[in-house]
Amino acid sequence: MIVAAAREIADGDVVFVGMRLPIVAYGVARLTHAPNAVGLFECGIVRYAPAGAVLYTMGDPPNQMGAAWATGLIQVMGQLQRGRVDAGFIGGAEIDRFGNINTSYIGDIAKPRVKLPGSGGAADIAAMAKRLIAIMNHQKRRFVEKVDYVTSPGFLDGGEARSKAGLGGGPAAVITDRCILRPHGPRKELHLASVHPGHNVDEVRGHTGWDLKPLPGLAETAPPSRAELAALHAIDKEGVWR
Amino acid sequence: MKDKLLPLDRAISENLGPGDAVVLGACLEPDIPFAATYEIIRQGIGGLNVIAPISDASTDMLIGAGCVAEVTGAWVGNVSGGLGHNYRRALEDGEPGPVIVHDHSNFSLAMALLAGAHGMPYVPLRSILGSDIARSNPAFRRAENPFSEAREPVVLVPPLQPDLAVLPVQRADRHGNAHHWGSAGLIQESALAAEKVILLADEIVDAEVIASDPSRVLIPGYLVAAVCHLPGGAHPSPMTGRWRRDNQFFEDYHRVSRTRDGFLDWLREWVLEVPDHAAYQKKLSQRLDDLRITGTAPAAITSYAVA
Repeated sequence: MIVAAAREIADGDVVFVGMRLPIVAYGVARLTHAPNAVGLFECGIVRYAPAGAVLYTMGDPPNQMGAAWATGLIQVMGQLQRGRVDAGFIGGAEIDRFGNINTSYIGDIAKPRVKLPGSGGAADIAAMAKRLIAIMNHQKRRFVEKVDYVTSPGFLDGGEARSKAGLGGGPAAVITDRCILRPHGPRKELHLASVHPGHNVDEVRGHTGWDLKPLPGLAETAPPSRAELAALHAIDKEGVWR
Repeated sequence: MKDKLLPLDRAISENLGPGDAVVLGACLEPDIPFAATYEIIRQGIGGLNVIAPISDASTDMLIGAGCVAEVTGAWVGNVSGGLGHNYRRALEDGEPGPVIVHDHSNFSLAMALLAGAHGMPYVPLRSILGSDIARSNPAFRRAENPFSEAREPVVLVPPLQPDLAVLPVQRADRHGNAHHWGSAGLIQESALAAEKVILLADEIVDAEVIASDPSRVLIPGYLVAAVCHLPGGAHPSPMTGRWRRDNQFFEDYHRVSRTRDGFLDWLREWVLEVPDHAAYQKKLSQRLDDLRITGTAPAAITSYAVA
C-alpha cells in the first residue's frame, strides 16, 4: 500500500505530505523514482531528502534537522492556495464513490455515533492540491455510498459539482490495502484501476459499499520491486508504519 | 524592563479564568505546553474554549478532566495513537460534560488567528469550499470575490482573539523576550492574536543572548504577560534541538484512556497527585533524561555587526 502510494509521486513534484502513512510514502518515492520531489509538511517544514530517522509525527526532531525550510504553517499551506502544490496525500476514515472523505463525524453531527479527530490539514489539501491521493484501509464500513460528512471534498455529487463549488484539482487515486481506485467518466466516480497481488475483484467489490465498476484494462498492481522494498525499510527502519 | 518570571501556578491563576478562550499549543505536534495543561486541570479551571490546530493529546486530556466547554480546532486525538477517547465520550455520550465544537481546518484556523493578530475584519479563503466544515461551523460566511469578473466563491473567516496563549519556547530572558526555532506552526499568529501570552521557557538566559539574534525572536517581551522556567515543559511532545517525543507516553495514554475509569486513574497518577512540574520531572526521572537531546548541531554564526 505504501509503495503503491509512493508511485503516485512523479519526479519533480511538489508534494503536500499528510500525517502518518503519507510521510513514509513520500520517503519511499524520494529514495526511488522521484529524487527531485519536494515535501511540504503543514507544521511548517519543507524538505528535500527524507528525514534521517523514523518519524512518529512530522514535527519530530529528525524532520527539523536538515530541512530546506522551517517556517510557519501559513507559509507552507499558502503554497497550496497559491496553486503550487502538485500532489497532496491524506488518509481518512470514510470515503464515498465520488472520493469525498470523512474524518469528522459518523452519524448525526448533533449526536455522532463516532466522533473522529477532524480535518487537521486534510480539507485544505483536498481542496487545493492539483491532485489528491488518499491512502486508506479497504473495509465495507469505510467505503460507503455517501459519507455522513464531507471533511475533505472529492468530486462532491460527481460530474461538475466540484468545479461549481469553486475548486480545481480533485482525487487522482485512492490507494488501499487491496487495490487502487481512480475516478473515471463524466461523473468522476471511483472505479477499480488495479488489484494488488493476492487480492481479487470479487473480494474488493465485497468490501466496497457501492457497486464498484472495474476500469477497462484492469490489471494487477506491480509487486514492490527490490529497490522499493529497500527504500521502505530505510525509511521505516523499525517497522513502525508497516 | 519588568521581571516577568513567575512560577507556573501563579502564571496560570493570574492570567486564566473560567470560560476563557485559550491557545494551548500552536505548533501542531511539537511544542505543546503539557505542563500548563496539567496545571489548568489541577486548578480546576472550567468552561474553557480550547483553541489549537492539533495539539496531540492535550485537548483530549482537558476534555476528560472537565475543563472544556468549547473546542476551536482542526483535529483532536492522539497523533501516533489515533482517536481521542475523551473527545469521543464527550461528543457521543456527553461524558463528563457536553462540548461544543467549532470546526476548522488547519488553514481556516490559521486565517482566523492571522486576522486576529493583525486586526483584519476577516480573511477570504478558497479552502473549505465544498467541505461541510463551512456548514457545521456557522461562524463562516460565503461570498463572491468582488475583484473577479467570473463568479468566484470564497469563504470569509472571522478573526479569533483568544484571551490567552500558552506557548513553549526554547529560551527566553526574564523580561519575556524569547527565541523559538524549528517549524513554527501558528505560534507567532497565536502570540500576536492573544490578549495575553505566557511563555514556557525550556531555558532562561541573559537578555544579551536573546538580543544577539533578533531575527529569531518570537515576540518581544513587552507583549508577554509571564515567563515560566520549565525545562521539559512540553513533555511528552518534542521540542526542536531540546527534547525528543515520548512516543511510549502517548501510546500508554491512548491505551488506558480507552475507558473513563482508565483515564481517571491516569489523571490521578500523572496530574492530580503530582503537585507541580518539578515533581513531574522527578516522577519521569531517567525517562526524561533519555529524551533529552544531548548532541549539538549549531547553526552558522549570524552577525549583526555595524562596522
